[in-house]
Amino acid sequence: MSESATTVEAPSGGLPPATDEPGLIRRYGVTLVFLAPTLVLLTVWVVYPTLRTIHRSFYDRSGDDFIGIDNYRTLFTDDALVTAIKNNFLWLLIVPFFVTAIGLVFAVLLERIRFSVAFKVVVFMPMAISLFAAGVIWRLMYEKDPSRGTVNAAVAVVADAVSPSGVLSGARPSTDELEGSPARGIVLQAPLEAGSVARLGLTAIREADVPSGAEQAVVPEALAGGITGVVWRDFKPGGGTPGELEQGELGLPGVTVELRSQGGEPTLETTTEPDGTFVFEEVAAGSYRAAIGPDTFTEPYAGVSWLSARLITPAIMMAYIWVWAGFSMVVIAAGLAAIPRDLLEAARTDGASEWQVFRRVTVPLLAPVLSVVFVTMLIYVLKVFDIVIAIAPGSVEDDANVVALAMWRTSFGGVNDFGLGAAIAVFLFLLVIPILALNIRRFRREL
Amino acid sequence: MSTAAPAIDATVEAPVVIAEPTSAKILRFLGKTPVYLLLAFIGLLWLVPTLGLLLTSLLPPSIIGTAGWWEVLSQPSVATLDNYRAIFDNEAITSAIWTTLWIALGATFLPIFVASLAAYAFAWLEFPGRDWIFLVVVALLVVPIQMALIPIFSLYNTLGLFDTIPGLVLFHTAFGLPFAIFLLRNFFIGIPRDLLEAARIDGASEFRIFFRVIIPLGLPAIASLAIFQFLWVWNDLLVALTFARDTQPITVAIFSQMRQFSGNIELIAPAAFVSLAIPLVVFFAFQRYFVEGLLAGSVK
Repeated sequence: MSESATTVEAPSGGLPPATDEPGLIRRYGVTLVFLAPTLVLLTVWVVYPTLRTIHRSFYDRSGDDFIGIDNYRTLFTDDALVTAIKNNFLWLLIVPFFVTAIGLVFAVLLERIRFSVAFKVVVFMPMAISLFAAGVIWRLMYEKDPSRGTVNAAVAVVADAVSPSGVLSGARPSTDELEGSPARGIVLQAPLEAGSVARLGLTAIREADVPSGAEQAVVPEALAGGITGVVWRDFKPGGGTPGELEQGELGLPGVTVELRSQGGEPTLETTTEPDGTFVFEEVAAGSYRAAIGPDTFTEPYAGVSWLSARLITPAIMMAYIWVWAGFSMVVIAAGLAAIPRDLLEAARTDGASEWQVFRRVTVPLLAPVLSVVFVTMLIYVLKVFDIVIAIAPGSVEDDANVVALAMWRTSFGGVNDFGLGAAIAVFLFLLVIPILALNIRRFRREL
Repeated sequence: MSTAAPAIDATVEAPVVIAEPTSAKILRFLGKTPVYLLLAFIGLLWLVPTLGLLLTSLLPPSIIGTAGWWEVLSQPSVATLDNYRAIFDNEAITSAIWTTLWIALGATFLPIFVASLAAYAFAWLEFPGRDWIFLVVVALLVVPIQMALIPIFSLYNTLGLFDTIPGLVLFHTAFGLPFAIFLLRNFFIGIPRDLLEAARIDGASEFRIFFRVIIPLGLPAIASLAIFQFLWVWNDLLVALTFARDTQPITVAIFSQMRQFSGNIELIAPAAFVSLAIPLVVFFAFQRYFVEGLLAGSVK
């Protein structure tokens, strides 16, 4: 600032020493040509609209009637708008912190590593993509069906490892001789004792869901001192008779069969063969029930509804952090590189642990850079729009709403209430100002 | 892959240098292996979404609605360019790409030219209230785009600029000016005074000085500004969504596809990839200018 003032104070730039006082036009005509386009553009597209929007915010929807601060009252009472403000507040609370923290962690990890450039490029890449395109990407990532949505596919791998889906997720008993439900297991009514043969017929199993390797079902021989039985698909093309094991009906291999005591406690457990048969040898005297355990009927993992009303905002935030982490990392890494090595070395020589060095030396020295990243993120997050509209399906847009989106929807997205829309814009403007005041110091330095 | 290079170096150097550092080096490297693995994992995490979009766009239309992008990895033979052929035959999409390009080019050159003129005046011409006006121009950085949408929407309807490329270009130009002027003025003021004085003594007009001295010397700043502005406009959704209906840039075209037929992935995926391929190329070509722009552009 001061530099420019002194430099131009010198003998008037370029103009020959005037013998007589030239007219204003002659004197500043050239300057005006240089400045006019800027002044016109800024006046028409920025200054006038700003004043007009402030003015408009005190008028009703039609623009004819002055209604004072009613629009602002609506802003803080209307449910949809309050949700937007609350959500935006959450964004401010959560996102800048995580973006800065993740950037810091990445930058510190990268510091002692070769090939850091490759990593930086990969993490920074989403920055070049529009937030809208990033939104489209994550909309696909968040598809609920684990066979399409990447996030749920990854979750499904873990979920299926923890509780694998059963071989017969949709099966039901074929006759009344079996009772129970998939959740508790299906139990054969008739009591069994050593020498009995159990027949457990199931239906409602699609052709494609029959476990591979299934063979023609057979009724096993009775076994002295043991219980035998068969689990089979009690259905053949054409139907067949329920309860009868007929030619063409397949055994169900890999089914867990439990032998339960009269009180319902599982005592023995076994798995069926390719022809559906199973054997419990050497069963103690007494009466038993045969049951197919609930594991067999476990449904495959169905996926988390990321795009549901409850999860939509966190889901969008994660996508947003994915976009911005690279920016934070690159800026913080530059700050890290500027920290004098000998300060860190001195701390280490004095016996500080790596954590202490990080906590007591690196972070305090980085504080200015961290605050720049944090404040920059506050401003961007306040105006977040594209990624929300891209990820949130129309049905949950109300739940994902943020101030900038509410402004657009109110003004142009069907409601078309310019008075209220203008009030939301002014509210956004008022929120930006204090945050920018934080940033002013940096600008003053650069000026 | 990362382990090979340092290990080889170490064994070759070993006989020449001293024995101890070699083992120390290897140990140190092994000690870092968890960090490498962690970073590789994170890198993968950051790569997968974009890669996923690319691979999804290569799935044949018959399975694109039911299969994930990993199908392409497990059976690469299914990959096809059919979806791309389809969008390049789709009049709506191709015209959207051209529209985006014209808007982005126009809204890059125009503001930079206008801002250069003003920045020169603020840096090197003398007139009353100069610094004060400059401060006001820079202060306009705080105005969010949302503040202008409603009045400009009405204005454009009156002037017939609604749904036109010039309308979008002018809007982006005006909102690009404060930052561009701020950046260029600070750059121009660093141009050695003697150069300007010499030109003035030779009788060069201010315009001649501007085009022959300032612009050539200011090119580095102008280039970085151009890249940033180009990407900013190319990636815009909000402004185009408000002021365009049929003259759609690609972002709006994709958005309306998503809203109309949300299951239309065979069109959305390749179109989204095309829309981000150009910024990616620009980004990889001019990475280092990019960060500076973002930092300063936070106020936009």
